[in-house]
Amino acid sequence: MAQLKSQIALKKLLKDYFIGMKSPIAWCTSAGPAEILRALGFEVYFPENHGALLGASRTAEKYIPRAHQEGYDGEICSYLTADIGAWLMKETPLTKIYGLESIPTPDLIVFNTNQCREVAEWFNFFGREYDCPVVGIFPPRYLEEITQAEIDNVVSQFKGLIEVGEKIIGKPLDPEKLSETVRLSFEGSQLWKEVLETASHSPSPLTFFDGCILMAPIVVLRGTQICLDFYKEALVELKELVAQNEGAIPKEKVRIYWEGMPVWGRLRSLSEFFAENQTSVVASTYCNSWVFDHFDPDNPMESMAYAYTQIFINRGENTKLEMMKDIMEKFEVDGVVFHDSKTCFNNANSRFGLPKRVEESTGIDTVSFDGDLVDLRFFSEGQTRTKLETFIEQLKYDK
Amino acid sequence: MSYVIGVDVGSTYTKAVILSPEKEVVGHAMTATGFKLDKASEKVFDKILKDSGLAKDEIGYAISTGYGRHMVPYRDITVTDLTATARGSHYFFPDTRTVLDIGGQTMKASRLDEKVKVKSFRLNDKCAAGTGAFLEKTARYMGYETEEIGPLVQTSKDDVPISGVCAVFAESEVINQLSLGSAPSDIMHGAMSSLVKRAIQLLKRVKMESQITLTGGIMRFKTMVDVLTENVEEKINVPKGEMVQFTTALGAATLALQRLEKIKAEA
Repeated sequence: MAQLKSQIALKKLLKDYFIGMKSPIAWCTSAGPAEILRALGFEVYFPENHGALLGASRTAEKYIPRAHQEGYDGEICSYLTADIGAWLMKETPLTKIYGLESIPTPDLIVFNTNQCREVAEWFNFFGREYDCPVVGIFPPRYLEEITQAEIDNVVSQFKGLIEVGEKIIGKPLDPEKLSETVRLSFEGSQLWKEVLETASHSPSPLTFFDGCILMAPIVVLRGTQICLDFYKEALVELKELVAQNEGAIPKEKVRIYWEGMPVWGRLRSLSEFFAENQTSVVASTYCNSWVFDHFDPDNPMESMAYAYTQIFINRGENTKLEMMKDIMEKFEVDGVVFHDSKTCFNNANSRFGLPKRVEESTGIDTVSFDGDLVDLRFFSEGQTRTKLETFIEQLKYDK
Repeated sequence: MSYVIGVDVGSTYTKAVILSPEKEVVGHAMTATGFKLDKASEKVFDKILKDSGLAKDEIGYAISTGYGRHMVPYRDITVTDLTATARGSHYFFPDTRTVLDIGGQTMKASRLDEKVKVKSFRLNDKCAAGTGAFLEKTARYMGYETEEIGPLVQTSKDDVPISGVCAVFAESEVINQLSLGSAPSDIMHGAMSSLVKRAIQLLKRVKMESQITLTGGIMRFKTMVDVLTENVEEKINVPKGEMVQFTTALGAATLALQRLEKIKAEA
């Protein structure tokens, strides 16, 4: 399989991001209010990105046991255990990749529990270790409809965050800067959406596994011009592939939706496995989680509150089903694979009957497999391959 | 070139079946899989040819299945065990609508339509408590070989409950039961009941329909079949004698025959 040119460009972009990072630095969760932090003048570092890096570099298993020694259980978020373990052992993959001595030191730590409570424990650990202020945003959780009262709740918490940030930076937030950052986030997110939607074409020019790499800018550089420029370029490349009818895999017979977290340490082998089985993983909830349609530069605070509260992981089961159905229809998938990630309870969506409801309401088959986002002790290569191969074989018979 | 072979490389045993152009079983053979899967498949090939009196060039098509299916050097294509077992079950019992196959590493339930197409399937999760390995481990811990499981459990007078949620927990339950003086035969019976409970959960997930065909080495043990029969209302079939272990290889062979006929028709 040919590597996308954009993936090569991404390496330089990320190198510049990490090497160029200077104080004041704020840490933020991946679906946290990064726009506020950037507008205040912080550079923003995302520990989840580091967790994914620990998984992808397959170094996490060295670090996770160190976190266990501190009492962090083996069945809680393996981003958390890998990241805390690596920090305690004073190691990071950023040293090998970018020559950095350590992860960036925070001046402010911000989390949003719109994704899970684990981020609170994770970020508070570092707050204690660095003796750094920590601000948590605690939005209402698992919502079906989102009411104005719930938006007001989150907006008032954002205001509290701004007060803390202004004290650290030493000057008030510039409303124009916030508006401009929200505009950049909106446009970046819309370009990211267009990138993902090129996969609605058959054969698809990119797979979920490419998406897991290409998503880095919309996570770590959301709200910057760099993010926009990157996706503009990527889109040119992908549109060319669509025009040439060139697929990401040699022969696309089956189209799959991936629900749940990636298995970061097995991205390549799973990507190859699906390609060998003439299967393109064309859609995912995960990559779509950074598509924000509601950012509004004219109403930055409320639109951010809405955008970060409406994400899939923060919704009720009925809304999750509808969100999945929309994506499944748009990408014309033949089947859905649910990754039941052992240590990511909040983003393992096969445990409350969702696969059955998906099957019943769409007539499209699903399969679930056990694994983990980072901790490969919970992933069995043989079992997973057998299960997925069996599933794909049945889908092929249906076509 | 008119005979075909189906080879099922399982985690414990490698099985092979040769079918004649008239769809008759003309040979079957089995060998322990061990660690060299390609060698096991070669060994079973040599053995089955010798037993059936056929030469290599009389085999026109080979399909491999089972967890080591990609390691069979002489295969034409591979199919997954689910597809092969469905075909094999249909060969013996044409009214099969549900299949339960318990192998060394996996437990699979599937529901079929009248054209033998798999409509729904479920595999056990990765815990070994849902597989044949669970019974083997239980037996071995109590000092019995796999082949002794059948005779042992038939002497059971009581059913000692074993949770079976996790193979490791189950093992400590076995230790506890032995220390309390429970009979090994009753513990073995409890382990089988635990396995059956898991199997029934899977069967319910695929919405089992009559008739159910049971396959896999474990079904050689009469008690296992008896306990299953007691717990479901649907009619249960079990391939006769040792063929219960060869159903998947046989299914692969029937598919091979179809393929060969198609190739000949197109030639």
